[in-house]
Order: sequence, then C-alpha cells, then structure tokens
Amino acid sequence: MRVALFVTCLVDLFRPSVGFASVRLLERLGAEVVVPPEQTCCGQPAYNNGDFETARAIARQVIAAFDGFDHVVVPSGSCAGMLVRHYPELFRDEPETLARAQALAARTRELSAFLAESGGEPAIDGTFSGKVAMHDSCSARRELGIVDAPRALLGRLAGVESVELKEAETCCGFGGTFCVKYPDISARMVTDKAEAVIASGADVLVSGDLGCLMNIAGRLSRMDSRVRVYHLAELLAGMTSGPAIGEAEKP
Amino acid sequence: MKPTSAAFSDNARRALHDATLQQALAKAGVGFVEKRRAALSDLPEFAALREAGREIKDHTLANLDHYLLRFEQQVQASGGEVHWVDTPAEACAAVLDICTRAGAKRVAKGKSMVGEEIAINDALEAAGLDVVETDLGEYIIQIAHEPPSHIIAPAVHKTRQQIADLFENLHHQPDLTRPLETVPQIVDEARQILRDTFLSADVGITGANFLIAETGSTVIVTNEGNGDLSATLPRVHIVLASIEKVVPTLEDASVLLRLLARSATGQEITSYTTFFTGPRRGEDVDGPEQFHVILVDNGRSRMLGGAYHEMLRCIRCGACLNHCPVYSAVGGHAYGWVYPGPMGAVLTPLMVGLDEGRPLPNASTLCGRCEEVCPMSIPLPQLLREHRRQEFERKLAPPRSRWALAVWAFSAQRPRLYRWASRLGSLLLNKSSRGRGRFRSLPFAEGWTAARDLPAPQGDTFMAQWQRRKPHD
Repeated sequence: MRVALFVTCLVDLFRPSVGFASVRLLERLGAEVVVPPEQTCCGQPAYNNGDFETARAIARQVIAAFDGFDHVVVPSGSCAGMLVRHYPELFRDEPETLARAQALAARTRELSAFLAESGGEPAIDGTFSGKVAMHDSCSARRELGIVDAPRALLGRLAGVESVELKEAETCCGFGGTFCVKYPDISARMVTDKAEAVIASGADVLVSGDLGCLMNIAGRLSRMDSRVRVYHLAELLAGMTSGPAIGEAEKP
Repeated sequence: MKPTSAAFSDNARRALHDATLQQALAKAGVGFVEKRRAALSDLPEFAALREAGREIKDHTLANLDHYLLRFEQQVQASGGEVHWVDTPAEACAAVLDICTRAGAKRVAKGKSMVGEEIAINDALEAAGLDVVETDLGEYIIQIAHEPPSHIIAPAVHKTRQQIADLFENLHHQPDLTRPLETVPQIVDEARQILRDTFLSADVGITGANFLIAETGSTVIVTNEGNGDLSATLPRVHIVLASIEKVVPTLEDASVLLRLLARSATGQEITSYTTFFTGPRRGEDVDGPEQFHVILVDNGRSRMLGGAYHEMLRCIRCGACLNHCPVYSAVGGHAYGWVYPGPMGAVLTPLMVGLDEGRPLPNASTLCGRCEEVCPMSIPLPQLLREHRRQEFERKLAPPRSRWALAVWAFSAQRPRLYRWASRLGSLLLNKSSRGRGRFRSLPFAEGWTAARDLPAPQGDTFMAQWQRRKPHD
C-alpha cells in the first residue's frame, strides 16, 4: 500500500513533528509512505480570497503530484476538505480535470478518518495519560463529517480520559486569513473557545488541524493557561515528549 | 436606510466593546440555538421535510413567472389588486398612492423585512403620515429610532432595562403609575398604546411569509397577533412582499411553515398563522375594504438563474444568524444595513452594491454552520466565496492584501522556490524566537499577536528534514 502524505503548508512550516507523527502512524499500518516533493499548499488562501484562477493552478499541481498512489492522507480536515470537496467544484466546467479531481477526492482521507477506516489499531502506541479534549475543526466536522473517528482513536490510548468541550460545534475563530482581516472578532471567538477548553478541565487539547491549534494554543498561552496543546497525530504516535505547541524548548 | 456596511470593522469593534449589547446578545443567542435543537429532536422527519421544502422552492423559482401570474389572477379574482414594482422608490410610491387615495392619516404596520428594505416608514413619514409599528420588537426600535438587528427578533440587541427606560420616557404622562419592571408589565404597556393604533389606523401594512398562487392568499406568521389586527381593522390592507415568496399551493406552504417555525424560534407552529385572501366580502363580519399586494423585485429577478440563485430559497427564518459565531459576537447593527448575519452578508452586496457591502462576505470564517442549519440548504459559504471572487476580479480589496496574496500565489506555484522561501522563513522565525516557542508580538502580525501568542516554528521545515531522512526519495 503506497500512501502519499500531503504535509500541508502549516505543518511543513510550523510543526514538522506532526508530519513525522503522521508518517509513523501510517508506517505502523504497513504503508509505504511517500512525500511528493512537488507539493506546497492546497490553495485555500487563494480560493477563500476569491482568486479562483490561482486556486485552480495549485489544484492542478496537487492533482499531478499525487497521481498514482493508493491513498492520499492529510493531517488536516481543512486541507483534506479542500481536496475532497472544493477541487471538484473548481473544475465543474472542465470535464477532463474534473474526472482527475474526483479520482483524487475519492482516494484522499483526513488522517484520523484514514486510521479509523484502516482498523488503525496497530498504528497507535501513544502512552499519554490524562484528560484530553478534542477540538473538531469546522472543515473536518462539516465538510467531511468527521466526529467519531478521532474520538475512537483517542479511546484506544489506555491512559486517556476524554472530555468534551462546551459548544464544541462552534468555530475557534481562525478561519485562515479571517483572523488577520478581522482580528477583534477572531480574538473574541478564540477567547470563548479557550475558556471552554479551560472549563473542560482538560490537561491537553488536541485537534486534527494545526490552524485551529495554533490559534487556540496562542490564546491559551496569552491567558497563562497550563493546558498543553498537541496535534492528534502527535498524541496517537506517542510523540509528546517535546514541547507542546507554543511551549518553550527548555522549560 | 443609508448603509454603513463599508464600516463593518469599526462597527464590529464598537459592538464588541459595548457591554450592554454583549449582555443582550449572550442571553438571546443560546436560547435560539437550544430551542431549535429541541424542536428538531422532536421531529425525526426533519431531514425529509427539508428536502421537500427545497424541492418546492426550486420548482417554484424555475417557474416563477407562471406562479406569480397565477397569484395575481387569484388576487384579482378575490377582489384585490397586485402592484408590480421594481425599485424601493417605486414600491414606496405605490404604497403612498394607495394611502393618498384612501385619504389615510394613520398607518398601523406589521413587521416586514421588505418594508425595511424599501424604507417604507421614512417615505410615509416624509409624506406626513403617522406610522406606528405594531410588532413589539419593531415598536421598540421605532421609538428608539434604530433599525432592526435581527430579522425575526428586531430588538434582540436591547435589554429589558433599556426597553423599560424607552417606554418610561416616551409614554410618560403625569398620571402614569403603571410599573415597568417585569416583562409582562412592559408588554402590557405596549399593548395599551398599540390598541389605540389598531382602532384609529386608516391603513394596515403587513409583510408576507408566503404568497399562495392557487388561492391568491398571503400568509403571515406572528406570535403577537398584531399582524391580524393591523390587517383586519383598518379600511385598507397593503401587503408588502418580494417576488420569491410565492409558492404554488396551500400544501406547499404547510411544508415550509413547518420548517420555518422550528428553524426560527424552535416552535412547532407560531401562535398565529394567518391567511389573507382578498378584501372583506359581503357576508364577512370584518376585514378591510381594499386589499393590495405590492410585489417587490429590487434585484431579485437578476439573481434568478445566476450565481446567487439559491439565495432566493431563503425563507427568512434567522437560523443562520443565530448559529453564526460572527453575528453572535457583534450583533446585527454592525452589518450596517437591513439584513445581517450570513444571509445578510450574501444579500447586502447584491442590494446595495459590492463596493459598500464588501466587508460582509469577508467577515466569515466559512465555518459552515449556517449552511448546516439552513432549512433551505442554501450553500451560504459558497455564496460568500462567490462575492469574494467578484471582489478579487474587480480588485476591490486593499492593495496590501492583494500584493501579499499575489506574492504567496507566485511562490506556491513554484515548489522549489517555495521550499527555499519556507525554509528561510521557518529557520529565521525559529531563531528569533530564542527557544521561547512563541512570539508575544511580531511586526506585520499585530492582528494575530494583539490577543494571542504566535507559536514559533520548530526549526527546519518538514520537507527539508524529510529529504535528509530519505535522500533518494
């Protein structure tokens, strides 16, 4: 089974350990993991800012780079949603590319959904113990319908006690460029979310999307909270010995 | 109403710092969401109903001319009149003309969002008519000289104390001893005042939730009964309705009514659901002498068949407002015109122009909750994106953000350049974070760092590290 990893631009730039955690989880499933070097970004910044032409150009690049693999796995609901839901939309009027976009969409899975579908059990060897809250990104929850998969995977970690966030369906206020276009509104939204995390009594917050995580971790850190923030993949792969998101390298 | 949508950012900032407003919004928001959730859990067939509702609307919109003409015929057959108008000015002129011919001095008005859209109150008042809003929420904002902040709960931004103060100031008479502390007391006070209006008005104006082609009826749903009194007691009844309100049959309306009440207020059915068909007939004990329907287009026929076609399915339930995290944070007035929230962010640029309404489609994280709760399955995020596409093509965004996007787009299409640039960026940022793992502030990222830290990159990029791990890959 050859699996291509779509690293995502945020993981590539800010938190490579999520990429390595993803590789580890996939290799434990017996997959041969390939990282196509022609990948940059899924094109969402262009798409969501109305530059559909650039979004199409980047989508073509991704479609070409990820051709010929059994599966394409993405450690982000947002980027996976872009490939699965929006690429076909972008090529509605170009039948040939549309067919290729649909084929890519059919092979593409968000990481936790892929692990859960694959039985996942051998992959998971995290040893974390404590209270863990799972934040669903809006794209994972609403574009891809992923709610149960990450929770089921967390349930396989013996030491983990899952807690749910209040208003779990509400957006954290990241929204890509939204958070810098409307910083006041975004700040208010992420404050509400951070307060829900603190109120949940969780020791650790995880999510499948680094955008949400950087946003919430940044706010928690500004509020001097002790809640630690990791990507779900890091927890599942047992890669939580390093600093959490936004934490100092040496305490 | 002069739009202030272009100043959305400032409006929003002011709203976020308005403690009274925040208190009112916090109280209202949760209530709507919980009531809708409860109503849906009692109706297992909601999904099927939603699908049926969508089909009814799609079918009607595909045959809009047919059903509107049929509606007109049936209104005429029942003794009423239909007035077709294109612009807000034409709509106001048509209403004024009817009022003038009827020798009207006083108008009792039921709640109508189309009325807000065409600014009917301003037009009537300018012509010297006395207009009184009879929906409690509309009455409150009328005496506060404010526009509605929500399409079904126009005064939702006001606290009980603010309303009591408004009544105290306006109604205050030397002999006024009525206490204004509890909600029932406040409602009673409004009822006392409004009763006179119903009895003395010459013309009653209502909106319409639906128009029924097969019978020529107009339908309104209210919880106060004010619409019925406004429609039946005055000599003339004028219905303000936009063209997409028409549905083929009574049966169709009943499907949509079931969706509407649950999505809006979480009720199975509103307290009053009233069907008006023509003026009073000989055998009727009450009712108006004249029945007029003003059919307003105001840009809707241009939406038909175009990129925003699906927006015409909207039944104005307000669920998208109630579930929108941005609306919940800033309230309706920040949107700067008649329609707020996600549906308003789609409609406003279409009705007042994208130059004025430009910020609204951008003021969304595209979280998708609006589409999820929309009883008409309107793809609101996609329609917001469509506005952004227009904005991009017309180069309306500020030069700084257009340039940033262009530079990023250039490198994202050149993987080698991109890998080099992202490595440089991540290494530099990592180094300047000095092991602290985050930035408290960062030039060019003040929007982010004003309220939150920015986690620092861990070091080299994943792509660079991966190449070192597997040199032949």
